[in-house]
Amino acid sequence: MYSTKYVKAKDIDDAATIMASAEDGKFLAGGMTLIPTLKQRLANPDCLVDLSACGLSAIDDDDNAIRIGAMTRHVDVAESALVQKAIPAVADLAGHIGDRQVRNCGTIGGSLANNDPAACYPAALLALGGTVHTQNRSITAEDYFDGMFETTLEEGEIIREVSLPKPEKAAYVKFPNPASRYAMVGVFVAKFADGVRVAVTGAGEDGVFRASNLEAALDANFSADAIADGTVSADGLMSDIHASAEYRAHLIGEMTRRAVTACG
Amino acid sequence: MPEGTVNQGIGASVRRKEDKRFLIGKGNYTDDINRAGQLHVYFLRSPVAFADIVSIDKQKAEKASGVAAILTGEDVAADGLGGPICGWAPTNKDGSAPSEPPHPILANGRVRYVGDHVAAVFAETLEQAMSAAELIDVTYSEMPAITDLKSAMDSPQIHDGMENNTYFDWELGDEAATNDAFDKAATIVNVDIRNNRVIPNAMEPRAAVADYDTGDGRYTLFTTSQNPQLTRLVIGAFMLNIPESKFRVVAPDVGGGFGSKIYVYPEEAVCVWASKKLGRAVKWTADRTQAFLGDAHGRDHISAVKLALDKNNRITGLRVDTLANLGAYLSAFAMVTPTYLHGTLLSGVYDIPAIYTNVKGICTNTVNVDAYRGAGRPEATYLLERTMDVAAKQVGMDPAEFRRLNFIPKDAFPYQTAVALQYDVGDYEPLLDRAMAMIDYKNFEKRRAASAKNGKCRGIGISTYIEACGIAPSAVVGALGGRVGLYESAVVRVDPTGTISVLTGTHSHGQGHDTTFAQLVCDKLGVDIEAVEIVHGDSDRTAFGMGTYGSRSLAVGGTAISKALDKVIAKGKIIAAHMLEAADADIEFKDGKFTVTGTDREKSFGEIALSAYVPHNFPHDRLEPGLEETSFYDPLNFTYPSGTHIAEVEIDPATGVVELVDWVCCDDFGNLINPMVVEGQVHGGIAQGVGQALYEEAAYNDNGQLLSASYMDYCMPRADHFPSMKVENLVTACTHNDLGVKGCGEAGAIASPPAVINAVVDALSPLGVTDITMPATPQKVWQAIQSAQTKAAE
Repeated sequence: MYSTKYVKAKDIDDAATIMASAEDGKFLAGGMTLIPTLKQRLANPDCLVDLSACGLSAIDDDDNAIRIGAMTRHVDVAESALVQKAIPAVADLAGHIGDRQVRNCGTIGGSLANNDPAACYPAALLALGGTVHTQNRSITAEDYFDGMFETTLEEGEIIREVSLPKPEKAAYVKFPNPASRYAMVGVFVAKFADGVRVAVTGAGEDGVFRASNLEAALDANFSADAIADGTVSADGLMSDIHASAEYRAHLIGEMTRRAVTACG
Repeated sequence: MPEGTVNQGIGASVRRKEDKRFLIGKGNYTDDINRAGQLHVYFLRSPVAFADIVSIDKQKAEKASGVAAILTGEDVAADGLGGPICGWAPTNKDGSAPSEPPHPILANGRVRYVGDHVAAVFAETLEQAMSAAELIDVTYSEMPAITDLKSAMDSPQIHDGMENNTYFDWELGDEAATNDAFDKAATIVNVDIRNNRVIPNAMEPRAAVADYDTGDGRYTLFTTSQNPQLTRLVIGAFMLNIPESKFRVVAPDVGGGFGSKIYVYPEEAVCVWASKKLGRAVKWTADRTQAFLGDAHGRDHISAVKLALDKNNRITGLRVDTLANLGAYLSAFAMVTPTYLHGTLLSGVYDIPAIYTNVKGICTNTVNVDAYRGAGRPEATYLLERTMDVAAKQVGMDPAEFRRLNFIPKDAFPYQTAVALQYDVGDYEPLLDRAMAMIDYKNFEKRRAASAKNGKCRGIGISTYIEACGIAPSAVVGALGGRVGLYESAVVRVDPTGTISVLTGTHSHGQGHDTTFAQLVCDKLGVDIEAVEIVHGDSDRTAFGMGTYGSRSLAVGGTAISKALDKVIAKGKIIAAHMLEAADADIEFKDGKFTVTGTDREKSFGEIALSAYVPHNFPHDRLEPGLEETSFYDPLNFTYPSGTHIAEVEIDPATGVVELVDWVCCDDFGNLINPMVVEGQVHGGIAQGVGQALYEEAAYNDNGQLLSASYMDYCMPRADHFPSMKVENLVTACTHNDLGVKGCGEAGAIASPPAVINAVVDALSPLGVTDITMPATPQKVWQAIQSAQTKAAE
């Protein structure tokens, strides 16, 4: 790790102020991506601004949606009675991120701000049509993701909390990369009164995306049979030593069917 | 054994003494060791696979904060240093010597793999050394990387003067007799086999701390080695010109080796060299990616196998042509692993009258390859056991019965194989029968049908293996091109108060010798296990020994201990006879007591020990005082563990995921010292073999970049990949060592990969799949199913 300056911000405005005066600072949430990056000397920030004391860890119920503070740890989302009741698929997703040690540190805000193409939370945000709230504005899921590891957050903009609308039914099924156990394909299916949304992570070259052809079929008939042979095109899907684009395309179809079945 | 005593001798599952310090964090590993004033060294490694070094500009780096020095290949050449040598060089089939190109400890003008050592940066802290390394400006003139094993022979030379990138071209067996068998065969079976490259991944990365004492001119090296005295000999005599008497090498607690810590690598040699040159102690510890790029890799063979059968489905001939990828430079035992540790096992447990094999060792721009748990025997077993399954299917026989038909019969021992080795004893059918019973083989088809109802494909796979370990008789080694002896040493030092130290030339880096060797002492001398200390790993303390690998420590090292113990007992009897005023022949030793036969007159072991060191009533006319005996034991033959492993898998055809649902094995390791330790060894070996079969692949791209250089991409087997494994043993005692032991450390890794792949192919054969390569990843399995279905549709 390169030497750096560490500051623990008092609140979100304090964090923004500190960052504005740093030359090349980085916000520190759970550190589950940032710290390994620093240890491998792949980043050299002059300042780390720790958000853990900014009071961003509450989980609240808004009738139609739940609100999760940006610094809420995966373990707390997974074990929250509120989340388990309102959107159990989100609790389930959080409960299978990484391993116990990762879940005890990693946060929803960190995951969404980083937008790793194999992270799980982006699929939840996009499938539920959620909203990212920063200190400056609110950004809908449609407008938030901007490519692999890219979001529309501006310099110094900090996620305060995430709101996730409550679906009629939802399920998340992940096919893990056998080595890293990130999503090789992760499909979040959410059924709302006005339609079905299917968001796919782990597979797209530009990050999380909606499988519109599968959504259309499921709108007509919400069952695995409706998409018995259905899948997405392999075009635009990632290809690596673990999975070709073609295999990923197949897994997307298969995981979507399993998610629909798991919705009940 | 006297009533009421706890059995701590041979055959007891004594809890391991060493576990306490490991579990409470009091292990003493090389990285725990620090020397006053030490410098930290960081190695700058080549980011390209094949290039000439045009220039190295270290000016800016040398001025960086905390930097003491930066050394490169120029400095190595100026000081006239040697490189790591080969310990075994088999002769080419045309009688010529193999090629042994230079292997510099820092690159000399050319880099040959991603990870090759370009410069060593010495600084006050590791961070300063790493930061300075970033300031070194290296200009490379890149050439296309040569990574494909098949085409490497027709590619540009990686080492000057070494034609066709071929280190050696070796053969074994009778080609004419084998050709004849194929001419007359009723059935010929052809199988192409790939044995995938794997990366050892011992839990502890390699490390070294070197210190030169200007006062007495002695060097001390702490190193993660499986064989510290061999390291001392190689570095001292062949690399840095240090007399052995001025060189202490210590391998303290070491966290796993599996072969990767046998060899002398550039890093520790550079540390020793620099400790004198720079006048400061030097410390180095690898991080995990450096381990991926620096530790010798394993396996990486391509073989074409041909099997000849007569009309009764008896094997009459076997031919194997192999290309072995040895990587960019020759590691110490790289040339013997695919030749004498592989070709000689090609008879397996089968009666095969004619065998011929040709093996070529090939150079590529990849990390060096050398022995890794099993060292040549997993490769031999894999190709044989896959071929047996393919052959059985081709002739329409059950795979178990086809094997049984071709087993060497029990009364045929000693059995001279067609590939040099003579098996002393063995009985393979009971092992197969027991394993089949353990897994309920006869009801497998019912289970297959039940799985199919759930949409899953179930398969069962057998592996009947033999291996040759307990290495090795030195004269045989020498005759076959080996440059080392493979005896082992033991010093049994009895203290005046009766406690015992056993100094062994072997090393324990997970094998449990602190406990199992102590059990040998308890068994023979009747002392309490807490009174026994096993000492290994320090060249200043032990006699010269060859270290631990090749499942040799018990068979060779244990036998040396046993013989030294016998000498102690023999001397003790003479002392006892004197003290008891009896004839030597009337003295018995049992349960820790020397007695006069037929009387109740006795002396305890402790009394005899004290007498030896306070020799007042002592036969000075016949004996010297003291009670310390040494044995150097050179084994009479290899040992031949054998067994049957059977794996059962369930595959989800929708995803290609293979789940291991059952595993049984019945192995013959000769006599067992500690059954619990043996079971642990078998579990670990199976896990590593399953890792190779289903999860692990060292993947190189066309530019010679290792794509799987961290755990994000290199998939290790995990506990939740395994069912509860059922492990049993039958015993045919080794005929040629005192303990009747054969060794067990590698057998699991040797037996398991073909059991897995045979099961996978069996599971998928109803879908038309006939073969699959390792690792059988979900993608590969799914793709195999798609290809078979497409072919069927055509």
